[in-house]
Amino acid sequence: MTGASSPAPARAIVAAHADLAAGLVGAVARIAGDAAAARLVALTNHSLGGAELVDAMRDAVQSSGAAVVFTDLPAGSCTVAARRVAREVPGLAVVCGTNLPMLLAFALGTGSVHAQVQLAMEKGRAGVLVAEEGARGD
Amino acid sequence: MAIEGYRIDDRLIHGQVVVGWGQPLALAFVVLVDDEVAASDWEKDLYRMGVPPEMQVHFESVASALEHLADYQAMPVPGLLLTGDTAAMRALVEGGAAIPRVNLGGIHHRAGRVPRLRYVFLSPDEEADLRAIAARGVVVTAQDVPAATPVALDAVLAGHGE
Repeated sequence: MTGASSPAPARAIVAAHADLAAGLVGAVARIAGDAAAARLVALTNHSLGGAELVDAMRDAVQSSGAAVVFTDLPAGSCTVAARRVAREVPGLAVVCGTNLPMLLAFALGTGSVHAQVQLAMEKGRAGVLVAEEGARGD
Repeated sequence: MAIEGYRIDDRLIHGQVVVGWGQPLALAFVVLVDDEVAASDWEKDLYRMGVPPEMQVHFESVASALEHLADYQAMPVPGLLLTGDTAAMRALVEGGAAIPRVNLGGIHHRAGRVPRLRYVFLSPDEEADLRAIAARGVVVTAQDVPAATPVALDAVLAGHGE
């Protein structure tokens, strides 16, 4: 033991359309517990114009100390806003195409932010599949 | 006419445009008219990201859009013209662009704006822009997504759209 304290777990903003972000964060709480979900801050783009969404995201990143922003659509307004904020905040990662396996991996992850983002992306990709139980190919 | 819609949307290219309108209209291109975006490679890259490869994005200032609009309208594939505010659309219409109709897709809450619809908030200057556009014979309606019922400008300004 070195006696050094562990770094605080990395936090992230989850930004998405309508109620999706709150739903995803709520699902993380149900599956992984409140402590894991507390690493995620939900942000909706509902009723926000482009500039107002950037302001809201900047505030969320600054107040939470988030190192990552997870967004839903690559061409969506949340992604555009996240990229604008990332231009101002060195090191802020933006990950598009968020799903629940991805967020669970991040919220339960340890280690560097980079390693957590890589793991989250791997788990997110692996979580997309076609369940072919009972399917007939011919 | 190849341009299927002329939309005012303060989010510019986003989910409603790419997916909501893009898929049912099979949009092959978007003309984004914004002086600031047209002058910045970073802004252009920002709005190109995530747009499906089958959808081209053309960036124009108001001035260059007036020069090139007829070419876009003659293209053999469907497209959408976007501005981020009422002033740019008014400048196009008053600059002589042959624009038959304008769609209010999203002008969101901001200080000085009054709510008109769930997705349309307008300042007095923006109302004046829209009235000036309509006075040129352009049909102005609000409609955020294709499945929504279009709301005529008079109803929007009266706050009777929803």
